[in-house]
Amino acid sequence: MKPQTKQKIAFTCLGLAAVVVIIPVIVIFVILIDKGISAINWQFLSTMPRMGMRAGGIYPAIMGTVYLVSGTILVALPLGVLAAIYLVEYAKRNWWTRMIEIAIVNLAGVPSVVYGLFGMGFFVIFFKFGASILAGSLTLAIMILPVIITASKEALMSVPHSFREASLALGVSKWQTIRCVVLPNALPGILTGTILGISRAAGETAPILFTVAAFYLPRLPKSIFDQCMALPYHLYVLSTQVPNVKESLQYGTALVLVGMIFLLNLVAIIIRSHMRSKKQW
Amino acid sequence: MSRSDNTVKKFFEKIIEKIILLNGFACILFVILIFFFLAKDGLALFKVSSPIQFFFGLLWNPLAEPPQYGIVPLLLGSIMVTLGAIAISVPLGLACAIFIGEIAPRWMREILKAGVELLAAIPSIVIGFIGMTMLAPFVKNLFGLPTGLTALTGSIALAFMAIPTIVSIMEDAITAVPRTYKEGSLALGATHWQTIYRVTIPAASSGIVASIMLGIGRVIGETMAVMMITGNASVIPHSFLQPVRTMTATIAAEMGETVIGSDHYFALFAVGLVLFAITFVINFFADMALHQQKK
Repeated sequence: MKPQTKQKIAFTCLGLAAVVVIIPVIVIFVILIDKGISAINWQFLSTMPRMGMRAGGIYPAIMGTVYLVSGTILVALPLGVLAAIYLVEYAKRNWWTRMIEIAIVNLAGVPSVVYGLFGMGFFVIFFKFGASILAGSLTLAIMILPVIITASKEALMSVPHSFREASLALGVSKWQTIRCVVLPNALPGILTGTILGISRAAGETAPILFTVAAFYLPRLPKSIFDQCMALPYHLYVLSTQVPNVKESLQYGTALVLVGMIFLLNLVAIIIRSHMRSKKQW
Repeated sequence: MSRSDNTVKKFFEKIIEKIILLNGFACILFVILIFFFLAKDGLALFKVSSPIQFFFGLLWNPLAEPPQYGIVPLLLGSIMVTLGAIAISVPLGLACAIFIGEIAPRWMREILKAGVELLAAIPSIVIGFIGMTMLAPFVKNLFGLPTGLTALTGSIALAFMAIPTIVSIMEDAITAVPRTYKEGSLALGATHWQTIYRVTIPAASSGIVASIMLGIGRVIGETMAVMMITGNASVIPHSFLQPVRTMTATIAAEMGETVIGSDHYFALFAVGLVLFAITFVINFFADMALHQQKK
């Protein structure tokens, strides 16, 4: 066979593989929208579930996820950004820094259910927070820390060295340089990474199973020591734990969850492309 | 600016630097804490059950009298689902990464990359839900099985969850191969395809290996989708068309029903410790491979 013919066959196969990867994504979205859209209306989004979750809305689950995500971001953002500042601006190239990097890689690889176990053992039982928004947010925060650190590191490293040198040459201290010169320039990158981290936290179920999620709680949580419902766990409950739930209710919940995550991702993409077009260097 | 003002500033600056330093170390602290808290409760199992019974026990049945906490069926379940998922996702992912990195025109590349990112963004619970309602009946009818919730169904769903990880790291590795390598090969008269599989792929091999390992790590730790799709029968699996139960699903499904401090509770933490150890080793070596690639 001629090499050119071989190449044609090979490239066709590779292209087909790419199609096989992309088609399920489209199919999943089409199915979700097709079967879920009929359930979605203002009442579905804004009322409490009724009749053992077989009717009514998913308001407490949506709000629970919003609370959890807000708590997560309050903890993970400062922690992650400061850790990234340490790694990029202060750390020397030695085995200690390498250890931190290995720790980050491993945190990124810890299975989500193991985070759930850890959160239960550490926050719920050891710190006696009980199953609460606090324990759940802290667990999720540690889980998304690697995402935020990695994105922030890249954003900080992409700020040109000459910016720092110019500031330092003016007699400005190192921390002031970081705060007033480096961070503002790295901000869009940090935001993008943070939003992607949140969208991960919003969709996770396993870490919140034993740390916060309430099976059925038709009211809003009163404090951060309260349990709450959450969208991903609610979908799990509707699809496996409660018999005879209307299909549209399940697909509607899935669609709201995916829609929320999709919106977050869209915001991240917009910030990223905006940042690229504005970049002067 | 007065002198004392300056000293205050220097002092402030020192404090800030210390805080930043602490945050850098926090990651190491978290890894140690996770290990410690898993080990604390996990190793407590061995007061009532010997390690041999745990690591070589062929039966996992906490409700039996006496309860059986043998990890073998769960471990085999995890390995089986993972092998299946990797067998599907690695060839597909590699082909997709080569297509995106080397062949596709620019506009198609952007669409494909966005599609892969979108796939990564779908939560595992949604994949599990779709797998349960759409994929499982399909597998059931295709093979004429009593149930569609099998290891194969789980493998297919997990393959698509591993593909984004695999594709993005492989594509990075492929595009990082120096241009001069490819140009040298093309100048010798090799076709584009010959260059890809004789030059580019071997040069990117350590990145490709790393992507496969990270894919394995992703799949073996996946919980919700697996729990909903694989059928959760804790028996030693014999075929891909049977229900299996993984380590992750066992923890997620049983933890809610255990009493804190009971043997069953400790046994689940012991399973968690095993999972943590497995993913730790996988990620450690994947990072080594990636580091090598950079050099």
